[in-house]
Amino acid sequence: MRALCSQWPALAFFALLAVVGLVIDPFWQSLLTLVFFYAFMGMTWNLMMTAGLLSLGHALFLGLGAYSTAVLSQTYGWNPWLAIAAGAILSSIIGVVITWIGVRFSVKGVHFALLTIAFAELTRVIFDNWELVGGTGGYFLKAINPDTNRPLESLRGGTLYFYLAFLAITVAGYAIVTILMNSRWGYRWRALHEDEEAARALGVPALRSKIFVVAISAGLAGIGGGVMAMMQGSLFPDSIMGLRLSIEVLIAPIIGGLGSLFGPVVGAFFVVPLMEASNVLGQSTGLFGLNTLIYGVVILLVITFLPEGIWPRVVRLLRPRERK
Amino acid sequence: MNSFYLNVLVSGLLIGIVYALIALGLTIIFGVMRVVNFAHGEMVVIGMYAGYWMWTATHLPPWLLAIPAGALLFVIGYWLQKLIINAYIDRPQHTQFILFISLALIITGLHLVLFGPDPRPIQDAITMQSYVFGTLRIDKVRAQAALTALLVIAALVAFLRYSTLGRAIRAAADNLIGAQVIGISVKRVYAVTAGIGLACAGAAGALISPMFDTQPFLATDFTLIAFIIVIVGGLGSMTGALLGGVLIGLAEAIAALAFSPALKTLFSYALLVFVLLLRPNGLFGERERS
Repeated sequence: MRALCSQWPALAFFALLAVVGLVIDPFWQSLLTLVFFYAFMGMTWNLMMTAGLLSLGHALFLGLGAYSTAVLSQTYGWNPWLAIAAGAILSSIIGVVITWIGVRFSVKGVHFALLTIAFAELTRVIFDNWELVGGTGGYFLKAINPDTNRPLESLRGGTLYFYLAFLAITVAGYAIVTILMNSRWGYRWRALHEDEEAARALGVPALRSKIFVVAISAGLAGIGGGVMAMMQGSLFPDSIMGLRLSIEVLIAPIIGGLGSLFGPVVGAFFVVPLMEASNVLGQSTGLFGLNTLIYGVVILLVITFLPEGIWPRVVRLLRPRERK
Repeated sequence: MNSFYLNVLVSGLLIGIVYALIALGLTIIFGVMRVVNFAHGEMVVIGMYAGYWMWTATHLPPWLLAIPAGALLFVIGYWLQKLIINAYIDRPQHTQFILFISLALIITGLHLVLFGPDPRPIQDAITMQSYVFGTLRIDKVRAQAALTALLVIAALVAFLRYSTLGRAIRAAADNLIGAQVIGISVKRVYAVTAGIGLACAGAAGALISPMFDTQPFLATDFTLIAFIIVIVGGLGSMTGALLGGVLIGLAEAIAALAFSPALKTLFSYALLVFVLLLRPNGLFGERERS
């Protein structure tokens, strides 16, 4: 808890965003909603990275959460809250299984990253061919009636509702990550990342620590996917489980700065408006692909000139005295 | 009916050889520089566009166009390494990953801006012809592509084995510090290696341009295929890339026959998972050196 109190500037920033959301128009609400989504997903990805586990298949956890939430609440009529919880638990279990298999067969480094891609793509192809979830044709949620809809029961609503929903999970995620990183688990994860053999020699339970971090990370990603499913109203395996989303999810935390808690949030605030701005520029010039080009060039520039990310550099500029 | 299966197997084998050339490029770069090129499929697509445009301009046979396409990609790889990638050699894996993702985005963006998203098929008379041996029919384009790929691979192996520069490259892959001690310019070796790796992708791209309609979004598929092959064969192993390519080509052909075309990729991923778990260094890879 004390760790959380020391994060008061971040929490004040989130509180300010909640107030701001009430007064801005729907365009900015939607844009910031996407920022929160990527900030949240970036935090969950970053959590695995702190334990030295590079996940290139995070869309798997997100997609499992999204599909479970949608299918359980729509096809089977579950309470949406229960459906999201079930999705989170499913993602968590799959994440634990993958990690257990990976550690058990000592798949390390690049190979572990490729294992996550393999499982994600494997699942995507299965969903592509699975009738119950709509296959490649997609799964569609029923339309809601805005007059009788109660957002806290259906977990669906308008722009403002999703703005607040994604802000809420971002704040909750931030709090959970802060508390975990300052617990003994946080120290164990960082020790495993720095030098696994030394950490084990000192008595860090490697398997349990890794399984725990993936359980949390995948479970949270599943929740993010569940809320996303409710917002999008339609799900396609290629977009919600595809490699492209796995990559998009990790750009924000790396650009923002891996070593810090606030990095993924800063990264999302940089990356999402950049994506939107280059989209607008691409459309206004009529050049299809200009958006991708600009996005790529800016990311290349950022990692070339700010190798450790944006936020650590900002912190150093704000506190020049601590460098001595 | 029997000849039908034989036809499918032969065509899987032939495409597998071209896949092997793509994978060879990826594995050479990793073996020497310990860098994983996540933009490899994009490089293949550059080769495809090069093949397409040269064919449109000259109507030369597609297999011949693999040479200029490979040369073009060699130059791109050489300078990409010198100007950008070299600074990332000792950086952490995730930073290298982001570097290649940004390169992939830039290449795909450039393709879209320059050529648009529409597929560009090569409509040469040869794409319809085939060699007939009894009941066996082989697409001419496929056979020529596989043969050319084999020649390129043979030339590459000879270069690495017998030329001074090739030996320097192998030395740097085996023992980096030792190579530096005996006066090998590692920077130059890296640039040439990146050039060769991309040239493989480019030549293969030109070879398959008559078989797949060229378009920017094919890149991810090729990157994933190259990864599957390289992991199955063993990351960094050249023999592994060759055998892995043929294996994946055959496996996809068999899976498309036995199950459904949609499930053929499922088969490859399942194979990838099993190899990662049971033989993390690949079926033909060396044991981890400590």
